[in-house]
Amino acid sequence: MIFLKKPHVSSTRVPHYKNTQDCATEKLLSPKSVTILLSQHIGAPAAACVAKGDHVYVGTLVGKAGGFVSANVHSSVSGTVSGLTELVNPMGAHVQAVIIESDGQFTPNPSIAPPEVSDAKSLVAAIAQSGLVGLGGAGFPTHVKLSIPEGANVDTLIVNAAECEPYITSDYREMVEFPERIIGGVCKVRELLGIKRAVIAVEANKPAAIETLRRLSEGKQIEVIKLPSTYPQGAEKVLITNVTGRVVPAGKLPADAGCLVLNTATVSFIHEYLRTGMPLVSKRLTVDGGAVARGCNLMVPIGTPVREVIEAAGGYSGECAKLLMGGPMMGTALASDEFPILKNNNAILALSPEQVGQLKNNPCIRCGRCIEACPMNLSPAEIQTAFERGDVEEMQALGAMNCIECGSCTFVCPAKRTITQIMRLSKGEIRKAASKK
Amino acid sequence: MNNLTVTSSPHITSPRTTTGIMLDVIIAMVPAMIASFLFFGARALLLIAVCVACCVLSEAAYCLLAKKPVPVGDLSAVVTGVMLAFNLPATLPVWQAVIGSIVTIVVVKQLFGGIGCNFVNPALAGRVIMAVSFTGTMVNYAYPAQAADALSSATPLSVITAGNGAKLPLWDLFAGNHGGVLGETSCLALLIGGLYLILRGVIKPIIPIAYIGSTFIFLALFGCEAPLASILSGGLFLGAFFMATDYTTTPYTNTGKLIFGLGCGLITAVIRTFANSTEGVSYAILLMNLIVPYINGWTRRKPYGTEAAK
Repeated sequence: MIFLKKPHVSSTRVPHYKNTQDCATEKLLSPKSVTILLSQHIGAPAAACVAKGDHVYVGTLVGKAGGFVSANVHSSVSGTVSGLTELVNPMGAHVQAVIIESDGQFTPNPSIAPPEVSDAKSLVAAIAQSGLVGLGGAGFPTHVKLSIPEGANVDTLIVNAAECEPYITSDYREMVEFPERIIGGVCKVRELLGIKRAVIAVEANKPAAIETLRRLSEGKQIEVIKLPSTYPQGAEKVLITNVTGRVVPAGKLPADAGCLVLNTATVSFIHEYLRTGMPLVSKRLTVDGGAVARGCNLMVPIGTPVREVIEAAGGYSGECAKLLMGGPMMGTALASDEFPILKNNNAILALSPEQVGQLKNNPCIRCGRCIEACPMNLSPAEIQTAFERGDVEEMQALGAMNCIECGSCTFVCPAKRTITQIMRLSKGEIRKAASKK
Repeated sequence: MNNLTVTSSPHITSPRTTTGIMLDVIIAMVPAMIASFLFFGARALLLIAVCVACCVLSEAAYCLLAKKPVPVGDLSAVVTGVMLAFNLPATLPVWQAVIGSIVTIVVVKQLFGGIGCNFVNPALAGRVIMAVSFTGTMVNYAYPAQAADALSSATPLSVITAGNGAKLPLWDLFAGNHGGVLGETSCLALLIGGLYLILRGVIKPIIPIAYIGSTFIFLALFGCEAPLASILSGGLFLGAFFMATDYTTTPYTNTGKLIFGLGCGLITAVIRTFANSTEGVSYAILLMNLIVPYINGWTRRKPYGTEAAK
């Protein structure tokens, strides 16, 4: 609405299903072997730097970053490299992976030592070594984010602790179990990068986390902000606007709005990495859904097959209709439970048939719910008719490229149309047309 | 583990369905159906039943002939049938209701592509087609036996047009104890239904409020001596809550809905005050239906981040 001074971001109420919020994190699984993908991030794949028969420790580099926008990959177990393989990831891309047979000992790499960090440059260099990527879901290499471009005036560090996806409680457990790591990480990043304001943004449905973080941040000039529990509160642009009132210009980065946004688990990891030097080798996961015997939070070595994660949660308890990596709004559906856990996974959900939304593509009744729900102010209903006509210019004029694929439009659609999927296809059509020119 | 479904996200959906929305609209029309029975007798229910049956059957028949999937399960034809019946006088011959229903569904709805594709409200377009086809019977209003003297043989709007509006008993107008078409007379029943739709999240109050409110204001500005009696008369409440809120033929955004409601109010007031017709609701909504694509264009929100930077 025009008369609101603060930019308004539309949101949707989705059910929370935070069933596992009181399940304390259980200790590391011990898989027999792990499959470590060399591409678990946005950017160039890492290049394998081990060969069959090599002995590795927990934290040994197995894949070296293939450029600046890329990330190192480390072994999550100690044992022997049994070979390299190629598999198809859920996005349909062929990716290289290193298979490591575990000796069950989890011996850490003896050469690991805390990195020496004194300024922004050495922080970026250290984080680049750690293999850290955005742990909230997108998997963007963190050292790239931390390299604030020359001339950008980044004055606000926002810790994304919204965790707006239904079911997932892994960030919440991080906040409740290790709040001092989050606060420590925030202080470190702010100090080294010279950022004025630090904000931890938490959704209102996590009162215990807010209370704990507020208590620990006293006197440290860190604001802990309570945001409404609406979806998609944790989407980067939405969060920036709701915290600072600023809008990230279309096609630009958070730095252009003076913000650096890091996920809770990412900040916590930075703190631990600077203390110990142990690279990113394990991940906290929420395992839940109607087809899982026991919803829980698990600490899992990266590369563990999903099947073993489900077994650690008591196995399947009934028919599993969909197996998801991530939340039900933006997560990826897996075709097999042999796929390994990736760095940026925060949940494995096995949904029973009645939990899965049935999409039928009934005729659009033009109710406008998708338009009202869209946090990017798009008009999905009109973009889909442009898509059906094959009108690429119209799709572009309606701003389809701004879609963040949050899934709100499909969620609210009473005709059960696959609108988000059509938005993705529209973006593909626009890219195809642009590359032809 | 080989029965896994793999689709694009999201993987959960809200419980609201097209059928559920249509069912809510049908439930919301029940109070007005009861009112029509109380004021006009069993013949009201007969006409409603005939219209619903003919709408559903003609939709199914058309879709079978056109080899399209039969969408009767979505209940939208039932809604159209009840709404069309609400626009008919209780005295109308049944065969005319049958023809009206078929024209409404086949010509106005299905020939333009079925649910979600019609560019005007089917029930209103059907009413207008019937009004020009069956000129005599469509205005042969029935009057409740217990109606007040002033209203025993004239509709409230014709009383107001004749300049005697100030004497009309407002409670009778609000309750619906007067002549008119089936579903329009009882503002009370329509208001109950409208509130139900608002509470269920099916419609937003913006169009009814803008429409009824602006009709009142414009009537007063145009010198109508009894604007309050006028808004309680005729088809305004039926139109504002049930016709001007039809998703397909109204704008998407709140600003668009506001413009739509104000436009309907202006046209209704102009017709009631200056035109040779006592009633203007049908034409107001139909005319505004036609410019909805333009309103949608004017009121489209700018994508996030494309507004000029501050």
